[in-house]
Amino acid sequence: MGAQTIFDLSQPGRGAGAQRPSPAAVDDLPAELRRDAAPRLPQVSELQALRHYTNLSRANFSIDSQFYPLGSCTMKYNPRGAHRAASEPGFLTRHPLAPASVSQGFLACLHDLQEILKNAAGMPAMSLTPMAGAQGEFAGVAMIRAWHDAQGDASRREILVPAGAHGTNPATAAMCGCTVREVAVRDHGDVDLDALKAAVGANTAGLMMTNPSTCGVFERRVTDIAAIVHDAGGLLYYDGANLNAILGKAKPGDMGFDVLHFNLHKTFATPHGGGGPGAGPVGATARLAPFLPGPIVERTDGGYQWAEPPQSIGRLSAFMGNAGILLRALAYALMLGTEGERRVGEFATLNANYLAARLKDAGFDLAWPQRRASHEFIITLAALARRHGVTAMDFAKRLLDFGVHAPTTYFPLMVPECLLIEPTETECKEELDAFVAAMERILAEARDDPETVRTAPHTMPVKRLDDVKAARELDLRWRPQ
Amino acid sequence: MPFIPHTAADTAAMLRAIGVADIEALFDEIPDRLRSTPSGTPRAGLSEMEMRRRFAERAAQDATGPCFVGAGCYDHHIPAAVWDLASRGEFMTAYTPYQAEASQGTLQVIYEFQTMLCELTGMDACNASVYEGGAGLAEAVLMAVRANRKAARAGWPRTVPMAGAVHPLYVQATRSIVCNQGIDVPMLPYGDDGRVDLTALDGLAAPPVALVVQQPNFFGVLEDVDAIADWAAERGTLLVACVNPLSLALLKPPSAWGSAGADIVCGDGQPLGVPMASGGPSFGFLCSRQALVRQLPGRIVGRTEDAHGEPGFTLTLQAREQHIRRAKATSNICTNQGLLVTAATIHMSLLGAAGLREVAAASCAKTRELIHALRRPRRFSAPCFHECVIDLGCPATPVVEALARDGVLGGLALGPYFAELAHCVLVCATERRTSAEIERFATALRGALSN
Repeated sequence: MGAQTIFDLSQPGRGAGAQRPSPAAVDDLPAELRRDAAPRLPQVSELQALRHYTNLSRANFSIDSQFYPLGSCTMKYNPRGAHRAASEPGFLTRHPLAPASVSQGFLACLHDLQEILKNAAGMPAMSLTPMAGAQGEFAGVAMIRAWHDAQGDASRREILVPAGAHGTNPATAAMCGCTVREVAVRDHGDVDLDALKAAVGANTAGLMMTNPSTCGVFERRVTDIAAIVHDAGGLLYYDGANLNAILGKAKPGDMGFDVLHFNLHKTFATPHGGGGPGAGPVGATARLAPFLPGPIVERTDGGYQWAEPPQSIGRLSAFMGNAGILLRALAYALMLGTEGERRVGEFATLNANYLAARLKDAGFDLAWPQRRASHEFIITLAALARRHGVTAMDFAKRLLDFGVHAPTTYFPLMVPECLLIEPTETECKEELDAFVAAMERILAEARDDPETVRTAPHTMPVKRLDDVKAARELDLRWRPQ
Repeated sequence: MPFIPHTAADTAAMLRAIGVADIEALFDEIPDRLRSTPSGTPRAGLSEMEMRRRFAERAAQDATGPCFVGAGCYDHHIPAAVWDLASRGEFMTAYTPYQAEASQGTLQVIYEFQTMLCELTGMDACNASVYEGGAGLAEAVLMAVRANRKAARAGWPRTVPMAGAVHPLYVQATRSIVCNQGIDVPMLPYGDDGRVDLTALDGLAAPPVALVVQQPNFFGVLEDVDAIADWAAERGTLLVACVNPLSLALLKPPSAWGSAGADIVCGDGQPLGVPMASGGPSFGFLCSRQALVRQLPGRIVGRTEDAHGEPGFTLTLQAREQHIRRAKATSNICTNQGLLVTAATIHMSLLGAAGLREVAAASCAKTRELIHALRRPRRFSAPCFHECVIDLGCPATPVVEALARDGVLGGLALGPYFAELAHCVLVCATERRTSAEIERFATALRGALSN
């Protein structure tokens, strides 16, 4: 396919005539504010554009076409029914600022979703507006900060994170004007409680963590962690990145967390769209509820209404976040029901433990073999890298040739040469077995023909790409020859 | 089990391979008191048909007549091909393109998108998008504060004034996001012409780090952007331009404002092929001068070569981002609104520069037809684009409510946002509004005002 862009197809005077409105003159725009040269956008026929983008789509991996065992990303099936439900004309044409009196259907949907998420979180309050996990994290840390300020304790500006936390956690803390301190994790994957006790103090705003952790194991002493942080005057933030593991099985609110976010694009099966949109609703305990970002939906005798929490950290977007994603998540949750939610956690865990057992039998090293896998697990290829000079990245790239999207590589940072593998509950046994077979085959190649692995992929539209050149010789836009 | 494929035989074989008796045993590391027992009323799962019925009923409840509200979200025509293509599973269900070799489709679309936005804004570089316009403005403000080294050296206060008619909801979002970093965002007054009054900034001890102006502004009014850009450039203040990308098919690109141009350009991409859909998902864009590229937040795609010297695309400058730089990242953002960017790129390819210009012009013309038909005075005297503030001469909120009951979304009542404009509505007519719909609005408004 090379890299023929839409601009290379352009011819002066060509266009998609059916898309043009009837010409209209506007003669009252001041001349000095008008543009003189037209932007160089493509001039192509409708069919040319259609073919170009259809063909580009085929250069992608996607859930609809490949298995995606991408750890910490929960790449499960995105039901088409949910997509169609959110695409009802009444929803697509609703203006965000339409009066509530003519928005009762939409508001009822949001209210239903708030209730479902409150139940899954084990928390009494929920705001749907954050547009991604990172924005949910931002809301949560901003709420923690605002709560301390409201207690007259503005000195609490330090956020603790376990070693191996996702990069957004420290980045979020910094964005909220807080500093970050890492707490060590012990060699069985749990947080080091002595290190935590030493770290908390009068500056502690709170602790951010996932559970199951980024190590792919359930943090067994989570209630002790909560007690240590609470006793020191801090609050606990639950990062919902790994909630799929325990959906319907355990609730963050019961573990002692004060505020959390969901990743609806993970746990509630909304499509990732090649990088977004997502949605990151935040839930809170009663004492943090007044600080939630607005707007939220309230049910009154007169119907559903928008409301702003009394001490809200404020609005995080112009309108109602990624409303269409919220509708898709509701559609999915309605199809699951409460029983279906529980089975998500169960079968996600079953698939991960099955894959872990099979890969261990095939000779791969589990990072924490003594632990139960959650919905995901980590293998380390450190020994393999030493023996054959084949890295985790080489393995990941070679998997692409077998029609499998690479697992998450080099995360968490504390495990050398690691692959973080999350199969999700929607994959069948045959798919998991095929993955094991591919891994076994690559393992044999690493022994017998390491060059094939080191130079992979071989069957993609391009060979391995030069990232260094991309960053050194910046080419961020097409230019005419 | 709507989406779980396991047969009883599969489950049994898998449990045997793991070496446990049942699935519950896999949760044995969760302390007993944390294991949820079902609470509340169990909710039975719905079939797709039942779920779709509920959604269809609720969506039908919200169907309204013609929409004359803009205010950052516009009812433009979207070619059928746009969402037929964007909804292909290969685009819709792909992950972030970290594995570049398996993501060339998404990566090339973003590269084409970056090019198109650079063409519209006249700027050197564009990122792969951020969440939406309001949060995007917050990122632009944070970026400007990081990037203005002169201000940091001279110790100017971290103040970023906004022109008085920047979208009030963008202002709210920006304040919520930047206040935690000690950045102050004061509002400048607007004049009777509806344009910003910069004299409020005269006499300050130090100039502001950055200044935000929106074009067309929230009132639909066109600002004197040349004068504003020159004012900023003379003082070393970085200029953040918040723009409607569709308007740039007709209006001067921010790179050409004044003698120096804007430094950072942001806005919401909804007018480029994204349905109104309650305001989201949409996407925000962020463009800059070349010198500020490394201060851009979020993803950026670059063209490079593969191991055989063939061209290909990859995410680049990742050392700015949270997964590498952690607490020192330019932002915590790890989303670009990829699917919406895909739709917008296809939309711009189908419309082209001429099509976008015609849509913008037709929308301006329809709005002028609307103003004439409504027979109420304009509140502001400066020229407007495709939105306009109309003075109803009485409190506007109940009028807008009455119009909605009458099946017309008759503009946005401004009282909740500007107390002094409680008698005013902000109206908009896109190219989709027909003369019959405009007449219907005018008739309904006369009825509402006479009650």
